Amino acid sequence: MAGGGFDNNVPTKFPKLSVKWPKGSDHLKAERAKATFNVDAVSKFVFGDDYLNRVKKIVPILESEPAFEKTQRYYQSRYQRIAHAYEKDKRMVELAEEFKWDDEDKRIVNVLYDQVSPYSLHYLMFIPTLRNQCNEEQRELFYERAIRNEIIGCYAQTELGHGSNVQGLETTATYIPETNEFELHSPHLTSSKWWIGSLAKTANHAAVMARLIIHGKDYGPHPFCVQIRSMEDHRPLSGVTVGDIGPKFGYVTIDNGFLMFDHYRVPHISFLAKFAQIKPGSGEYVKPANARLSYGTMVLSRANIVNGSGTTLARGATVAVRYSAVRRQFVDSNEPRKWNNQVIETPVIDYTMQQYRIFSTVATVYALLFTGRKMIQLYHLNQKEMENGNLGLLADLHATSSGLKSLVSTITIEALEDCRRACGGHGFSLFSGLGYAYQDYLPLVTFEGDNYLLTQQTARYLLKTYRSVVSGKAEPNEHNLTITYLTEYLKSPTAAMPVSTGAELLNPEILLTAFGYRAAYGITQLIEQIDNQGRSWNSVLVDINRVSRSHSAYVIVHNFFAALQQASKTELAVPERKVLQTMAYLFALHMMEKDMTEFLISDYITSTQAKLIREQTLELIAQIRPNAVSLVDAFALPDYYLASALGRYDGDVYESLVDFVEKEPLNQTIVIDSYEKYIKPFVYAGLKRQKNESKL
Amino acid sequence: MTTVSKYNRPTRFPDLPVRGPTGNELIQVERAKASFDVNSLSKFIYGEEYLAKQDKIVPILESEPVFDKSRRYFQGRDEKIRDAWKKDKRFLELAQKHNWDSKDQNIAHALYDQTSPYHLHYIMFVPTLEGQCNEEQRKLFLEPSKRDEIIGCYAQTELGHGSNIRGLETTATYIPETNEFEIHSPYLSSAKWWIGALGRTANYAIIMARLIIHGVEYGPHTFCAQIRSLEDHTPLPGLIIGDIGPKMGYNTVDNGFMMFDHFRIPHISMLAKYAQVKPGSGEYVKPVNSKLSYGGMVHVRASIVSETGRALARSSTVAVRYAAVRRQFYDVTTPRKWGDETIETSVIDYTMVQYRLLPVIANAYALMFTGKEMLRLYHLNIEAMKQGNFGILADLHATSSGLKSLTSFMAVEGIEECRRSCGGHGYSMFSGLGHFYNDYLPTMTVEGDNNMIYQQTSRYLLKTYRDVVAGTAQPSEHNLTLTYLAQYMQNPKAKCPAATATEFLNPEVILTAFGFRAAAGIAKVAEQIDNQGRSWNDALVDLHRISRAHCQYFIVRTFFVALQHATDEGLGMAERKVLQTVASLFALHLMEKDLSDFVLCNYLSPEQLDMIKQQVQELLKIIRPDAVALVDAFAIPDYMLNSALGRYDGNAYVALTKMAEQEPLNQTQVVDAYEACIKPMREYALKNRKDLSKL
Repeated sequence: MAGGGFDNNVPTKFPKLSVKWPKGSDHLKAERAKATFNVDAVSKFVFGDDYLNRVKKIVPILESEPAFEKTQRYYQSRYQRIAHAYEKDKRMVELAEEFKWDDEDKRIVNVLYDQVSPYSLHYLMFIPTLRNQCNEEQRELFYERAIRNEIIGCYAQTELGHGSNVQGLETTATYIPETNEFELHSPHLTSSKWWIGSLAKTANHAAVMARLIIHGKDYGPHPFCVQIRSMEDHRPLSGVTVGDIGPKFGYVTIDNGFLMFDHYRVPHISFLAKFAQIKPGSGEYVKPANARLSYGTMVLSRANIVNGSGTTLARGATVAVRYSAVRRQFVDSNEPRKWNNQVIETPVIDYTMQQYRIFSTVATVYALLFTGRKMIQLYHLNQKEMENGNLGLLADLHATSSGLKSLVSTITIEALEDCRRACGGHGFSLFSGLGYAYQDYLPLVTFEGDNYLLTQQTARYLLKTYRSVVSGKAEPNEHNLTITYLTEYLKSPTAAMPVSTGAELLNPEILLTAFGYRAAYGITQLIEQIDNQGRSWNSVLVDINRVSRSHSAYVIVHNFFAALQQASKTELAVPERKVLQTMAYLFALHMMEKDMTEFLISDYITSTQAKLIREQTLELIAQIRPNAVSLVDAFALPDYYLASALGRYDGDVYESLVDFVEKEPLNQTIVIDSYEKYIKPFVYAGLKRQKNESKL
Repeated sequence: MTTVSKYNRPTRFPDLPVRGPTGNELIQVERAKASFDVNSLSKFIYGEEYLAKQDKIVPILESEPVFDKSRRYFQGRDEKIRDAWKKDKRFLELAQKHNWDSKDQNIAHALYDQTSPYHLHYIMFVPTLEGQCNEEQRKLFLEPSKRDEIIGCYAQTELGHGSNIRGLETTATYIPETNEFEIHSPYLSSAKWWIGALGRTANYAIIMARLIIHGVEYGPHTFCAQIRSLEDHTPLPGLIIGDIGPKMGYNTVDNGFMMFDHFRIPHISMLAKYAQVKPGSGEYVKPVNSKLSYGGMVHVRASIVSETGRALARSSTVAVRYAAVRRQFYDVTTPRKWGDETIETSVIDYTMVQYRLLPVIANAYALMFTGKEMLRLYHLNIEAMKQGNFGILADLHATSSGLKSLTSFMAVEGIEECRRSCGGHGYSMFSGLGHFYNDYLPTMTVEGDNNMIYQQTSRYLLKTYRDVVAGTAQPSEHNLTLTYLAQYMQNPKAKCPAATATEFLNPEVILTAFGFRAAAGIAKVAEQIDNQGRSWNDALVDLHRISRAHCQYFIVRTFFVALQHATDEGLGMAERKVLQTVASLFALHLMEKDLSDFVLCNYLSPEQLDMIKQQVQELLKIIRPDAVALVDAFAIPDYMLNSALGRYDGNAYVALTKMAEQEPLNQTQVVDAYEACIKPMREYALKNRKDLSKL
């Protein structure tokens, strides 16, 4: 194409040069030698042997599978990536059989591969919905075929004009007694199902939420399972308009779709009838028995979000800390860094501002992992209790899980992006691995309950609990932390933090009491406004959000300290316990520092104590410095998962960047094909103008 | 393949209306509520000339196929960058055809809103040559570059070095025998990296390299050299050049790398306006005054600050308009009525949404005024320097560093907050904010990394404090630092005198608080460093806080002062009133976010904190009816927004469906992967089932 006279199809390669010493791997070795604790022991304590062994077994399998190759994704367009995703999903089914992967193995594979795929929602939403909502006949017809992948489905709830407010959905399902059918219909453009993962190009069935209408009466949204594409040739069935909603900020490998119905008839069996039922012919509506049961599932999915957030943020922290240890910037003239007696530029991990940014994130990761674990324990405990007819735990657990989902995903998204930014210029390259991570994590802020809306559920519960504590009706329970801190607060509402030195802050009791006090104080202020000053719910939404946040912060801090307290000496030896305890203090003080105003407004701390908190935070950061790299090593994230030039275990980041760059499609020819068409004429236009001008 | 071909027709939505009221009806109601005249406010912000130019240029771009933006969200990097080269060529033709001056061209670039491979040629290569060429070099390099005969880039940063220029590894060794320089990359980490327009476009480069003469090192100097053949565009021998790969945004620029293998360039390549190397002898002649170059940096940073205002204007336009159109839940206590019917409440009526969005509008106005002020000071300073007066420079340069850092951070946070406030649809590229965020991000890193340059500000603040204490500071009306430091020193134990929430609407009260907080922070760090032996590195977190505090003072003051003079500049009473409220919201919201700073210096009491929080809520309520009009006044055309959600007419949902119809996956009924992957997976499942039933 270009010019001729030379072979243009020559990929660009770097010369065989080393980086300027010391190499990244030299730095990381030196960092690892400084650790005061055993990395494997902490990994085991946090994740357990079973999980770590599974990861070790699975990683080499994925690394050797072309369909699971991860570097291409940085160069591909959405269209190419989605095509690749289909291939991977097909191969996944084969591998699962070959290696006899169970559900936990498969979950780990998905985490490691770290990219949603067109079939994801079939597994994550369609199958669980059928599992919970089918009656016996429907189990055989829908559920069992779905788990064998004979039918592929999606979960169609949100609409173009409606997301969080399920009651406002517009799609209708009208019962037709004459034929014993339902007629699904989209009355407006805004009724189009929208954002439905796996729908656009993949699913042949859908679980559809539609307003049930019988004999002209509206019974609100109910679930239906309907076929939407031909099982012969995959084309959409007549009466169904279906397609893709277009490119997104992230999550591009899934075909989020839209779906509209034009008087589309489905048989009576389509109405998922485990709970509510409609009698064939008469159309008599039989109410569901107990709706509370579904709350349990929501708790589990939120617990998984908290856990998953821990892993995602661990990834951010791993990349940022390792690269900070390798990346050198400026010679620090006060305290010059030496390497074999020569002054080198100081690694950025030695600058306090950088430490302040990223070490608190490392601590946050540990906090999230412990809270995720605790939530899953409580979920199982609650399931058992509910089976025995005891619903005592449910309200607190459900409300707390809402607030935690909101706070945790908010913290994670901010900290994850900060980790990327802490990598400086190279953080902006997709090869950092953190750009996609951020874009793909973002939906968590909106789905499974929008983060701002969710806090209202938590606040509503907190207000209710406060009223029952005051009226003496609340029943204490070791698992109900809300009642614990409210009761403590009510005993002495004018208490002040009993701390006069920075060192005194390093006491779980003191810190936890402060978080409890602040949460309780916020609740009383809100109660005052609503119950006594007649403020409307809408007018206090900002405070409602604060109250939920305070409560959730208390829970996370509590879980962190409790996890360490409850660990036996064999589970956690002294050096490991010590470093995790420091992490817990840093996390708590960091959270306090971020919301210092609230602690101050409540009069629980003085401005002098606020200063102590700031100073003590910096103290802890200095203590953590030698363990920083080992603390992220303990997250045990394989390079395959990180897919990052900057965060590699060996630290050879610049060599790795160069490898990635050699694969860039633009570097596969010497001269770009646009040269002849656009660049050359551009330059010639300049030359021509010059000639014309010189003629004048 | 053949089996699906008969379904190769695009998917179309049925011809249905949205459920009423339509977005357009809702947004008209909002506009009717405005307490001021939108056009007057636009004119006050931009001036008539700018708005007239914009009105003239938009239709031209809209009718040019090359400037069509509808494909942008669907394209991969490869397609995008190809379109960018195409567009650059057409841009040149249009500029000539319509006689666009540089203002017109800037407006056209801003409207098109996607950087291009040639961008760096204009904003870095040409200006560097302007600043650093001697007479001979102007003819040789600058003039052809202005005619686009040579296309250049600016190669400074390296794989292993960004902000620390002194640490660059590339060497330029003077060879007296041939009167040449030999440029060389000794290590892999010496590769020039991130260089915009280098990857595949430029045929020349400005190269920063360590000058070495007779074995003596003189540090980084500037060279201009040809890097690709002007015949066939191949890299010259001795050079390895390529693209550094995909980025989070900015993918229409070919950021590149370059390595030198003993690459020889002639003596004339060293840009010699300041430092010089004598031919033959290799004698090094030092530059006279390096201060002059600070002026240029101030200008670039002032432009960045102006841009931050516009970035927030754009994102708040999308978010506020969509919040007015998007309805969610019936509010039981205060149900929203439409005629006689109860409708779901527009999300803009929820206080939490107001708390998130209205401060972004306020930030946009604040930063626009700050950008203007910086440009004014820049010109003032240029005049002063011509008279040999360097009095303004230090303060201006220091403030510009901190402001660049603070305001670009505010912009990035604001854009993302706006995107998220759009709920689920904010995550669609059709919101127009995702792409924008990705492209805007580098502003935090370029022209001085935000995480580094605040130190320049802090260093200056500490120095000024010492001068004030020693009584050697010379007051100047343009030096606000001296003003607030002097005020603080008169009474370092002062308390905020406000006794009621409304007193916090007094600009004097607010400004004094910001000044006190900045001064108290500076005094404390100075004490620690000067008297308690705290190291610079140890104090970085606090040094960051004082830079931030200083710059916030500057912005708050600029906003209030701009309004004081506004009526002289023809701003009507109604427009001034709404801006005054916006200014108060800006200042108090800023205070609310950093309240602990104000308490730690004992200037505010916990009771006053509560008042500030209440006052913020009050102000949100007052601004609410003007929200849509306030973003309309930013006068950003739909062509620039390229957003389904932020359209002027409010018809967000219709626009979303139109854009979805263009998605490539929707051009066939059945995706190609069906035959290759989806069908085999089902057949596999069915086969397994048969096998099972045989058992």
